Amino acid sequence: MSAVATKPTHSHYESNEADNFLISSKGFLSWALTLDHKRIGLMYLIGVMSAFFLAGILALVLRTELMTPDQWFLTTQQYNQVFTLHGAIMVFLFIIPSVPAALGNFLVPVMLGAKDVAFPRLNLGSFYLWVGGAIFFMAAMLYTGLDTGWTFYTPYSTQTRGPVVAATMGVFILGFSSIFTGLNFIVTINTMRPPGMSWFKMPLFLWATYATAIIQVLATPVLGITVLLLAAERVFHIGIFDPQFNGDPVVFQHFFWFYSHPAVYIMILPGMGIISELMSVHCHKSIFGYRFIAYSSIAIALFGFLVWGHHMFTSGMAEVTTIVFSALTFTVSIPSAIKVFNWLATMYKGTVQLNTPMCYALSFIFLFTIGGLTGLWLGALSVDRHLHDTYFVVAHFHYVMVGGTLVGFLGGIFHWWPKMTGKMFNDFWGLVSCGFVFVGFNLTFLPQFVMGSRGMPRRYARYLPEFQEMHQMSTVGAYLLGLGLFVALGVLLHSLRRGKKAPPNPWGGATLEWQCSSPPPYYNFQTSPTVNEPYDYTPLVYRDAERGWDYVQPESAPKHVPHS
Amino acid sequence: MTSHEHDSHDASHGHGEHAHMPFQAHHFDDPEQQFDAGKLGIWLFLVTEVLFFSGMFCAYALYRSLHPEVFTFASQYLNETLGATNTGVLLFSSLSMAWGVRCAQMRQRTGLVICLSVTLGCAAVFLGVKAIEYTHKWEMGLLPAGEYVSQFLQTSHHEGLSSWLYVLSAVPALCVVGFGIWYVLCVMSGNKQKAEVAGPFLVTALCYFLGVFIGIVFQNAEAAAHAKHETAAHASDSHPDHDQAEHTSDGHGEAPEQSAAAKLVSHVEPNSAPGAPTLAAVDQAGGAGVFFSIYYCMTGVHAVHILGGIAVLAWLLVRATKDHFNEEYFGPVDYVGLYWHLVDLIWIYLFPLLYLIK
Repeated sequence: MSAVATKPTHSHYESNEADNFLISSKGFLSWALTLDHKRIGLMYLIGVMSAFFLAGILALVLRTELMTPDQWFLTTQQYNQVFTLHGAIMVFLFIIPSVPAALGNFLVPVMLGAKDVAFPRLNLGSFYLWVGGAIFFMAAMLYTGLDTGWTFYTPYSTQTRGPVVAATMGVFILGFSSIFTGLNFIVTINTMRPPGMSWFKMPLFLWATYATAIIQVLATPVLGITVLLLAAERVFHIGIFDPQFNGDPVVFQHFFWFYSHPAVYIMILPGMGIISELMSVHCHKSIFGYRFIAYSSIAIALFGFLVWGHHMFTSGMAEVTTIVFSALTFTVSIPSAIKVFNWLATMYKGTVQLNTPMCYALSFIFLFTIGGLTGLWLGALSVDRHLHDTYFVVAHFHYVMVGGTLVGFLGGIFHWWPKMTGKMFNDFWGLVSCGFVFVGFNLTFLPQFVMGSRGMPRRYARYLPEFQEMHQMSTVGAYLLGLGLFVALGVLLHSLRRGKKAPPNPWGGATLEWQCSSPPPYYNFQTSPTVNEPYDYTPLVYRDAERGWDYVQPESAPKHVPHS
Repeated sequence: MTSHEHDSHDASHGHGEHAHMPFQAHHFDDPEQQFDAGKLGIWLFLVTEVLFFSGMFCAYALYRSLHPEVFTFASQYLNETLGATNTGVLLFSSLSMAWGVRCAQMRQRTGLVICLSVTLGCAAVFLGVKAIEYTHKWEMGLLPAGEYVSQFLQTSHHEGLSSWLYVLSAVPALCVVGFGIWYVLCVMSGNKQKAEVAGPFLVTALCYFLGVFIGIVFQNAEAAAHAKHETAAHASDSHPDHDQAEHTSDGHGEAPEQSAAAKLVSHVEPNSAPGAPTLAAVDQAGGAGVFFSIYYCMTGVHAVHILGGIAVLAWLLVRATKDHFNEEYFGPVDYVGLYWHLVDLIWIYLFPLLYLIK
């Protein structure tokens, strides 16, 4: 117990329960027309999780069909539509918005000690663009069945009878949602940092968000013009992707991947930002190599624009071009690797709490590393010639996007759940969910690496019998993964009804979001929080009574009491 | 889409009386922070706009480098005088816009209203000229690649105004009528503030027709000049390219049109690659349409941005008549000004790249 007679300081940031942002104003319109970033973040969370659920069901449908080499219950045409829908919903409706919109919207102002983002109405606008794009997009696809794959490659996408124009216009609208979110975050972080919070005193989650926002702002407009040109090709026959009119279908691939490669960094960078926070807090130790992680985030954002050609090694580009892209692809892996080493070093001599968020964080490091390394195999030209368009690629990107971003997202949800909802969840069942997710995920996708290297092509509804065992393993794994995700959902929903009340700082974090009550009042902070070192845990003292931590002002800080 | 975010970029809540600036947003610490945030926000938005257009500039660069003769040939169908007029109009509108920002900063309400009205008027003139250019081309079959009608196969020559022009002018005509009625009602009821809005809106709608008029004048001038050239050429040269063009038997009146295309071809350096098809063959196969595809995409998306700009300028005009802007709060005018300058700048690039290829 602390021997120093310091007044408990948590009361100065426990605010009036009635000001809790969840209940401070009531009624449908108070949510539908809210300008509160926290409410917008929650609405986004519900939206993206719904999209994830739908696309996840589609994945299970695909995997079930693939239990047998021959047709079971889907024709090849239907199969093509299902994987198109799965990919497009996952990419555009779930994974790109997920962390920035659901967690970022909630956390960015609070981590800055601010009252809201720079442009609250633009924020609400972004949300409704997401909703609009979602409606458009899904109506288009469910109506007559798009089967081009989420990549919309020409010439098939210009010639097929499916609802390409409607779907691409949905993508166009969603793109603006993403651009405005990024714009909002850049301006917020640039202009609304509190006095004393220099760039290098920001939490790393904000560095990650900032780097992501740069990509969102620079890359997404190019996607916008790409889909616009594709639509113009179909409607007005502008012919720029058609050789008959002096056009070129590979130009589409260049335009498309110029956005879509940076897009994958939009997907992973925020997840990495979450892991930086989780590792430090749950090891109760300052993050190792803060500046390296910060600079690496920016480096990934910038270098990510230079490597789009690695999706097109077999498309007929000049050999020199492919060599250049391959070399750049190898260099872009370096900043990511730096981060992995830094996270591991953070654990060294830290006090590791093996709770649910930490478990997800550890899973992330393991799975993302595998995903990243397999990306290097694909970046090697000679190897890619064999692996392109096989299940190896499918496994690679699922390792980074699911094993990386989704796992990181779940870790972040669990980590900040007490802050957002004011409830603690059942940690045991949270760990169970993590276990099922980890085992199920690996069982799903490890066999796919093997299959791909043995020649199993991607996007095929039928396959040679020699691959059946591995496909079946993969399907069983997929169901396990789904089970784990349901357990996670159950844990979170259960906590809303039965969870213990969360203290302001259940985990002992030192960043500013832990200096307000859980959940925060609608104005975020009762008193302006004190800007501090975001990863210095010495001023934090554990209070048994509230089962949470207390940030004691450094001048009167007692000796650090370890959490036991 | 473009007007939407401008609505949200500033932080005006219209809160009524405040000790400080009336449009201070509560989540900002002070007006300086609010202004800086808005400034950074609009510059970021402009960066996204540049990237949006960059895809089309890339396509232009790519296809022009691959088929330079197609571009040189097809560019001749663009009326340089009209393009130059539009360039001058937009440059002038940038001047009036910048002046408007100054008026806002100096709380010169009337000056600001006038400057915004002039800017709106110029934008409308631009669109009027564009309407003439587009409809004239549509009549001639100068369409995107898939619909392109080869000029060597083009046998009919349409005189007078295209019927498409009436379609395009329907909305502006409705605006003239609507704003006209509204203006008269405002004046009669003595509502000065509303009249100050209705008047400029009416003038803007009328400026569209001014643009159409200018377009007709210059289009006819060019047609007359062409006709003079052709009769001179027809009399003197021996039609070396006639073999390549399909003849119709419609008689003498059609020949000048066919040789017009052929005449234009002679201005173009042929593609000297061995085995390369002649320009006429490329054109007849629809290959020359790639120029017009890029032309319509680029100027079309640009025109959409002009329309967005008109919407936002109209909103600013309404706010200006309500005396919202002063030396402490002029952010929205500043930001819209930046947007308008970018739209102008993009046209400055488009004009030589599309119209002035020799």
